[in-house]
Amino acid sequence: MKKAELRLTGSGGQGVILATIILAEAAFFDKKKVVQSQSYGPEARGGMCKAEVVIDDNPITYTKVATPNFLLALTQASFNKFHETVTDDAVVMVDHTVQVPEEYRKSHNVVMIPILETASVVIGNPMSANIVAVGAINEALGLCTVESLEKSVTGRIPKGTEELNIRALHAGMALVKASVGH
Amino acid sequence: MADRFALLQGNEACVEGAITAGMRFYSGYPITPSTEIAEGSAVRLPQVGGKFVQMEDEIGGIAAAIGASVVGVKSMTATSGPGFSLKQENIGYAAIAEIPVVVVDVQRSGPSTGLPTSPSQGDVMQARWGTHGDHPVIAISPCSVQDTYYQTIRCFNLAEKYRTPVILLMDEIVGHMREGIELVPEEELPEEFKIVNRDNNMVDGKPYACAKGEYVPHQPPFGTGTRYNITGLYSNEYGFPTNDNDIANAKATRLMEKIEKNLDDILDYEEENLDDATVAIVCYGGTTRAVMEAVAQLRNQGVKAGMFRPVTVWPFPEQRLKEIAKKVKTVLVVEHNYGQLVEEVEKVVKGAAKVEFLGKWDGTTITPAQIINKVKEVSKNAK
Repeated sequence: MKKAELRLTGSGGQGVILATIILAEAAFFDKKKVVQSQSYGPEARGGMCKAEVVIDDNPITYTKVATPNFLLALTQASFNKFHETVTDDAVVMVDHTVQVPEEYRKSHNVVMIPILETASVVIGNPMSANIVAVGAINEALGLCTVESLEKSVTGRIPKGTEELNIRALHAGMALVKASVGH
Repeated sequence: MADRFALLQGNEACVEGAITAGMRFYSGYPITPSTEIAEGSAVRLPQVGGKFVQMEDEIGGIAAAIGASVVGVKSMTATSGPGFSLKQENIGYAAIAEIPVVVVDVQRSGPSTGLPTSPSQGDVMQARWGTHGDHPVIAISPCSVQDTYYQTIRCFNLAEKYRTPVILLMDEIVGHMREGIELVPEEELPEEFKIVNRDNNMVDGKPYACAKGEYVPHQPPFGTGTRYNITGLYSNEYGFPTNDNDIANAKATRLMEKIEKNLDDILDYEEENLDDATVAIVCYGGTTRAVMEAVAQLRNQGVKAGMFRPVTVWPFPEQRLKEIAKKVKTVLVVEHNYGQLVEEVEKVVKGAAKVEFLGKWDGTTITPAQIINKVKEVSKNAK
C-alpha cells in the first residue's frame, strides 16, 4: 500500500483523537506499521483539535504528518485552518455542514457527507460522530479490514455501547458507498 | 494486563516496562504530559501486588519513592518540567545516600508552566546539573514507544546496579504518540535488558562499605535486621555524618567514579550512515525520528549525512563523538530547545569539526524538511 498520512480535525470533544487511535489500532491488528499522535490545547472541550495517523507497510521514521494525503474536517474552523495543507491528490472529507469553496471542490477530491447528522439522527447519539467518521474514512481509503476495525471499536468505547457504535461504523461506510455511487 | 502486542502511548509503555522491570511502588503528582504514567501505574500496580500513592506534590512524590526503595522495593516517580524542578533536591539526596530510584521527566515547553501540551527538550541540562553539588547522573532518552519500554527496564537495572537515581528523559513527542509494540516478557528479554536486582550482601558487615575495586555499597533494605543511618550529609560506612575531609573526599570521588569507571557498561548510543558521512547529525529522544527521515532523504539526494544519537544522554558518549568528529566536516546538533546539548557537543568536539545548531522552542516540532535545509546550508559553509 501507499503510505497513508491522515489528519483528522475538528472541535475538542468530537472524538477525533479516538478516531485516529481506532484507525491506528485496526491497521496494527492488520500487521501494518502505525504511528498516532495529536495536538490540542489545555482546554478539555471546544478548542481546535488535530490528530494524525501514519500507516505504512515499512517502518515509520518521522512520527508526524508533514503533508497529509487525507484530511477530515468536521467543523468550518478546522476546514479553514487545514484545507490548504494537503497533497494535490488528497482525499478531503468534510461534514456536509462545512462550506467548501467551488474552486476547491474542482481542484480537490472532496467527499462531502452528513457525518454529524448521521450520528445524531440515524444512530441517535451525536457522540458517535467519530465512529461514523472512522467507517467513512476506511471505506474511502481501504486502510484496514472491517474485522479489525470492529475489534478496535469495541475495545475502545464505553461498555454497553458496542451495538450502537458498530451501527455507527457501518453507517459511516454506507455514507461513502452512497456518495461514490456504488 | 495488556496484550503482548498492543497499540500504546510512550507513557503507557513506560508503565509496562517499569512493571516488567519489577517496579512495585509508584508515588507522584500528575502533570501533563506525564499524567498517563501515574494513571497507568494506579491501574497496573494493584494487579501485580504493588502500591500506588498520589502524593500532595512532586516533592512528596519522589520522597515517598525513595522511602519505598530504602526498604527494598523498586520504585518510580514521573513528572514534567515544573515538577522536575521540584524533585531536584531529592535527586541529590538519593545520589549521596545511594538509593536506587527511577525519575521520569516527560519534557514540555518551559520555563515554569510554559506550554503544557507542547513538546520540548529544555530539561536536558537540568537532568545533568539540576541538583546542587557534584553528583553522578544517568539519564536515558528513548526515541519510540518500543524503545521506551526497553529503556525504562534499563533505567531500573542501572538504578539497582549502581544504587543511584536514574532519569528517564522523555519528551511530549514520545510520551503522547502511539505505536504498535511488543511487550516482551521478563524471561524473553534481550541480554542487554535482563532484569538486575540490587546486591544486598554487605561488604565487611558495613552497610556503606565497598569491596576492593568496586564503587557501589551493598546496604541491605531497612527492616531486615541491619541498623544503619541514611543521610544527605557525607557519612561513614555506617551512614553516620562526618566532617572528616578524607572520608568526604573518598565518598565524593567514589560517587563520580561509579559512573566514570563503568562507562563501558552504562553508555549506549545509536549510529546511522556515519561511515562515509561529511555531516553528523546529533539528536536524542523524540527528535531522532525526524532526523532519521531527513538522513534517508538526504542520502537519496546524494548528501552524505549520518546520525549520532546518544541513548544515554548522561553520561554523554564523549569518546565516540570525538572519533566521529575527526572524520566529518560538520556536526549538526538538532534539539527542541534554544541550544543546550550543543554546548556539551562543542566541549567534546573541541574544533575537530564545525559545530552547527538547529533548535526550536515555539512548541512545534522540528520537521525533516527543516533538517534537510539546514544540512544543505551548513554543507555549503563547510566547503
